[in-house]
Amino acid sequence: MTGFLAGAADYLPILMEGVVLTLVVTLFSVMISTGLGFVWAIMTWSRIPVLVWISRTFITVIRGIPIIVQLFYIYFVMPDIGINLTAVQAGIIGLGIAYSAYQAENFRAGIEAIDRGQIEAAHSIGMTDWLVMRRVIMPQAVRIVLPPFGNTIIMMLKDSSLVSTITVAELTRQGQLIAASTFDNMTVFTLVALIYLALSLPLTFLTRHLERRYSQS
Amino acid sequence: MISVQDIHKSFGTLEVIKGVSFDVAKGEVVCIIGPSGSGKSTILRCINGLETYNRGAILVEGTKVDPTDRSIIETRTQVSMVFQRFNLFPHRTAIENVMEGPVYVKGIKRNEARDQAAALLEKVGLGDKCDSHPGQLSGGQQQRVAIARALAMQPKAILFDEPTSALDPELVGEVLSVMRDVAAEGMTMVVVTHEMGFARAVADRVLFLESGTIVEQGPPKDLLRDPQHPRTKDFLHRVIHPME
Ligand SMILES: Nc1ncnc2c1ncn2[C@@H]1O[C@H](COP(=O)(O)OP(=O)(O)OP(=O)(O)O)[C@@H](O)[C@H]1O
Ligand SMILES: [Mg+2]
Repeated sequence: MTGFLAGAADYLPILMEGVVLTLVVTLFSVMISTGLGFVWAIMTWSRIPVLVWISRTFITVIRGIPIIVQLFYIYFVMPDIGINLTAVQAGIIGLGIAYSAYQAENFRAGIEAIDRGQIEAAHSIGMTDWLVMRRVIMPQAVRIVLPPFGNTIIMMLKDSSLVSTITVAELTRQGQLIAASTFDNMTVFTLVALIYLALSLPLTFLTRHLERRYSQS
Repeated sequence: MISVQDIHKSFGTLEVIKGVSFDVAKGEVVCIIGPSGSGKSTILRCINGLETYNRGAILVEGTKVDPTDRSIIETRTQVSMVFQRFNLFPHRTAIENVMEGPVYVKGIKRNEARDQAAALLEKVGLGDKCDSHPGQLSGGQQQRVAIARALAMQPKAILFDEPTSALDPELVGEVLSVMRDVAAEGMTMVVVTHEMGFARAVADRVLFLESGTIVEQGPPKDLLRDPQHPRTKDFLHRVIHPME
């Protein structure tokens, strides 16, 4: 135990540098996946055949490829066609795109849960599609989408560890580096695990709270 | 004011409207009756541009109803619709439901729209329910809010699609009496209904629709009391004597 605490004191400052990058990658990839996911969902909802086809195809392809392979693709293959990204940029974009497919499904489910009758009523008083989206669908869909959205953020926080494979020095990668030089695997990975848990638990509780709150009304 | 000219409408290979024509004059109340699946809802939905039609034309105040054109927004502000299942916005209060169109479609100031909405809710007998959510209201009350919502657009005509069919029998009267008041103020109305009493008392004209065509039409005192066509006779007999 004292060995653990002593080790922890040594390793924590370095691990915290990793935490900062983990949070940066998570935050920005959540933003990208949310924006893109919303775009895919709207394209599906539009019922305009080409748009529906594009979004369905994209989602199917993205969901069929492991995230780690997508990251390799963006970081190692893109330079061949002249797109050079830093590891952090590639990680954020890769994770953002990969998760946009899952976000799109969440959003689509939320939008489709709104009874069509209300949408017709909104149209019948002269609302444009955009107004219907903003005033009728969104306010109700948000309640439906928020709990799964919380779960997605938790998954993205954990899956941000995947970007360690393209050299981003986030939490997992820092842990690996320390462990490799100290051979203190036990202490290092216990710490890494506890830090992930500490980051995700608040989100887990918040999501549960939202689930309970919205299932009542 | 509304002119339906030989419209045809198919869903896939199924033709559900087979050449329907009628005109509705300003201030007139037209009731449409007919068996389930005869195309009554489809006709109203075409007039409101919620559904496209394949052939013919529908004119509202001389403007063609075209759901694929931007002008449909203008048409819909002139013709409101009341639905069988109310279709209120469940996340908004009664008064917000009524204000929604005036504020967001017509751009009327909130305060002004609120006063107007309160007056309309008062008129349909729900002055004390302004801040209730639809979930807290009975079916009859919800439908009256929906009528207030339609009136708030100050439309030139209102289309009603079986407005009392989803209601418990004891709640039908309150909705019909609000509709009668609206008619008495000179509103142009097209009402799909199974309430023959309402048609007899309020309609200027009744259309009997079957299998996508108008079989017979006329003033309620003729068509309902002394129908000419055997199909109309048969339908009315079944509505009035459902157990036989
Ligand atoms: N979106 C749709 N897709 C396919 N068929 C449809 C659609 N809407 C209506 N129909 C069909 O069109 C026909 C007419 O339907 P409509 O709803 O206009 O009848 P209705 O006279 O209003 O009947 P009801 O009294 O049951 O409301 C029916 O056969 C119905 O099954
Ligand atoms: Mg119908």
